Amino acid sequence: MSTAFLEITHGTAVPRERVPDLAFDHFRKEALDIVEGGGKIVQFFAYKDGETVKLLALLRNGKLLVAGCDAPETYPAMSRQCEPFHMFEREIAEQFGIRPEGHPWLKMVRYHPNFMDRTDIFGNDYTDDIPGNYDYYSVDGPEIHEVAVGPVHAGVIEPGHFRFNCIGERVLHLEIQLGYQHRGIETLIPQVKAKRLPLLAESIAGDTTVGHSLCMAQAMEAFSAIEPDRGARIIRTIALELERIQNHVGDLGALSGDVAFLPPMNYCGRMRGDFLNMSLLLCGNRFSKGLIRPGGVLFSMDDEVRATMAQRITEITPQVKHVIELLFSTSSVRSRFEDCGTVSQSDAEHLGLVGPAGRACGLPYDVRRCFPSEHYPELDIPENAEPSGDVYARAKVRADEILQSIDIIQSLLNDPVQTDCVKPAELSMAPDSLAVTLNEAWRGEVSHCVLTDAAGSIMRYKIKDPSFHNWNGLSLSLRDTGISDFPLNNKSYNLSYCGFDL
Amino acid sequence: MLNTLKNRFEQGYRTTQYPREKIELWKRYRGRPQIHKDAPADLAQACADACPQDAIAAKKHVIDMGRCVFCGACERLSKGRYVSFTRDFEISVSEKEHLVTDGSLPDLAAHARQHFKKLFGRSLQLRQVSAAGCNACEADLNVLATPFFDLARFGINFVASPRHADGIVVTGPISRNMKTALFQTYEAVPDPKIVVAVGSCALTGGPFRGSPEITEGLDSLLPVDLYIPGCPPHPLTNLHALLTFFK
Repeated sequence: MSTAFLEITHGTAVPRERVPDLAFDHFRKEALDIVEGGGKIVQFFAYKDGETVKLLALLRNGKLLVAGCDAPETYPAMSRQCEPFHMFEREIAEQFGIRPEGHPWLKMVRYHPNFMDRTDIFGNDYTDDIPGNYDYYSVDGPEIHEVAVGPVHAGVIEPGHFRFNCIGERVLHLEIQLGYQHRGIETLIPQVKAKRLPLLAESIAGDTTVGHSLCMAQAMEAFSAIEPDRGARIIRTIALELERIQNHVGDLGALSGDVAFLPPMNYCGRMRGDFLNMSLLLCGNRFSKGLIRPGGVLFSMDDEVRATMAQRITEITPQVKHVIELLFSTSSVRSRFEDCGTVSQSDAEHLGLVGPAGRACGLPYDVRRCFPSEHYPELDIPENAEPSGDVYARAKVRADEILQSIDIIQSLLNDPVQTDCVKPAELSMAPDSLAVTLNEAWRGEVSHCVLTDAAGSIMRYKIKDPSFHNWNGLSLSLRDTGISDFPLNNKSYNLSYCGFDL
Repeated sequence: MLNTLKNRFEQGYRTTQYPREKIELWKRYRGRPQIHKDAPADLAQACADACPQDAIAAKKHVIDMGRCVFCGACERLSKGRYVSFTRDFEISVSEKEHLVTDGSLPDLAAHARQHFKKLFGRSLQLRQVSAAGCNACEADLNVLATPFFDLARFGINFVASPRHADGIVVTGPISRNMKTALFQTYEAVPDPKIVVAVGSCALTGGPFRGSPEITEGLDSLLPVDLYIPGCPPHPLTNLHALLTFFK
């Protein structure tokens, strides 16, 4: 199918003048055609170029496609005929005051004034310090009741508000309102000195430090035409896989705790710590903060680190395998995991679920296979598609990925890794360019899209955490599910609040 | 059942004997920074300029551990001649000005509020409030409940409601959108109560300083009793702070 969109390569700078600048109606039609034809939205956002406001869409259908247009002040909502646009159109409305007419669910995303001093689309008064002034979706009828949870939750976790409409114990609808974690990262990034940028990337979501740092580093490398050496690419791959193991192991333990099977909860809690300590072994920080910088890494994998890490992994691997076997062979666990919080493959397609949440619904998309970077072109990443869409499938995908990631790391640790650690240097970035980077972090596709101005400075920095796609998956999982199964479902996704709120 | 028992044996006993026995962290860990005042002035200034957090005052020869994210840029630049990071993780303080240091820290056990030890020494129940934290500080507080640290054996727990708590532990740069919820949680804790600030963000705004959406220091909103620096603080830093300050 021919399209007006331009095919680009991830992690490569493209002059902005090469990005097709379409008339809005043309842009709208082409974007809808691609997504209705099975394409997915990687990014869709607005930005200010001089005095004009523009829209930019990055879509994928096996290839990465880009096009832009001048942004109208209002336009007929694309979500009306194609659901995957829904969150993106809400975000554009909030950030730039552009109204998608007829949007089926036009509510705020993060609760902040728009970047343009335009009239607020949602009629909010931002001198109020709380994401309020909004009538939650409500269900009427006898015996219907609402349960409001958050923003402060019972556990040691991030804040967000959950509103359940229930009949008895059964959830009819769950509405999730986030925004409490909003730190203004996208507006802060273009204003700060270059030396601060890596720290901001590391703090977008601390549990996805490597995923987001890689996206930023690859974008900066694309603009300044620097290529990290092979050793750096291997170290960054190991770090990303370690991050995947750390979080998946922790979540399997938490899932076990949520069905009151305490042994794996405790074992996984401890083993997660051991994997976090492997990141510390490499770079001195349990979350890999301070490891990745544009151009490579700041810490080498000397033979001592390599041998110690290999030895620790050899020691812990049988324990991990045995705990996973224990978890999945326990009938009380299986009976709680199976058929709980099911999302159909077709719903997952419509919502654009990514990562383990999508793979648990039979969507095998994995950035490591489809748009590989770092050392992934040389690795064989299996397709992990579980068809059942329930808590069991989400847990199973994660368990499989733990073992695969261990294999990947072990194979990479076999040979000496040599790299020249990056020296701090001013980067000279290509002017008037665009770069898109994608990485498969543990929750799924992380993507950063960066635009530079005529001076080569960052003009717009757009961040997308996989949670931006997946929170609606959690909502859908809760439909017709007992409210007591909320914690279990929530943990099976374990989505990022701060990665969403930015 | 047999499988459960086999796993139990394989897992073994893992709880640390800290603080009775000292723990030596891996050499790449960056703990308390030490400033070497005899370094050349231009090297000191170069470190200050390179610091992404602008945490170093080169003329005064001090580093602000509240701002510092322990990234090690200064140590790398000066090859340890101006700033070096020790492996000492016992770095928490009870007064904000003590965060600004040349490397020497006052004894936390001898802090001024000794009545806390009487009040909370046997039982301390804490409510954690994540106020725009990136989930790293939260995760390394959560980990205190795992078998290696086993915080509960010291009579310290994280509880589900501020109504059950003796104080709050705040992480994150306190976004505008979380302020109200934070105040409400604080007010829901019965007096006498304590406030612990954990991580560079809660101490000074961390990497987000300059954003109008956040607060540059929890102490500008609430009276803070204990400051735990780090990005995030190592779990042992958290454990040391809680045990030393309250036990």
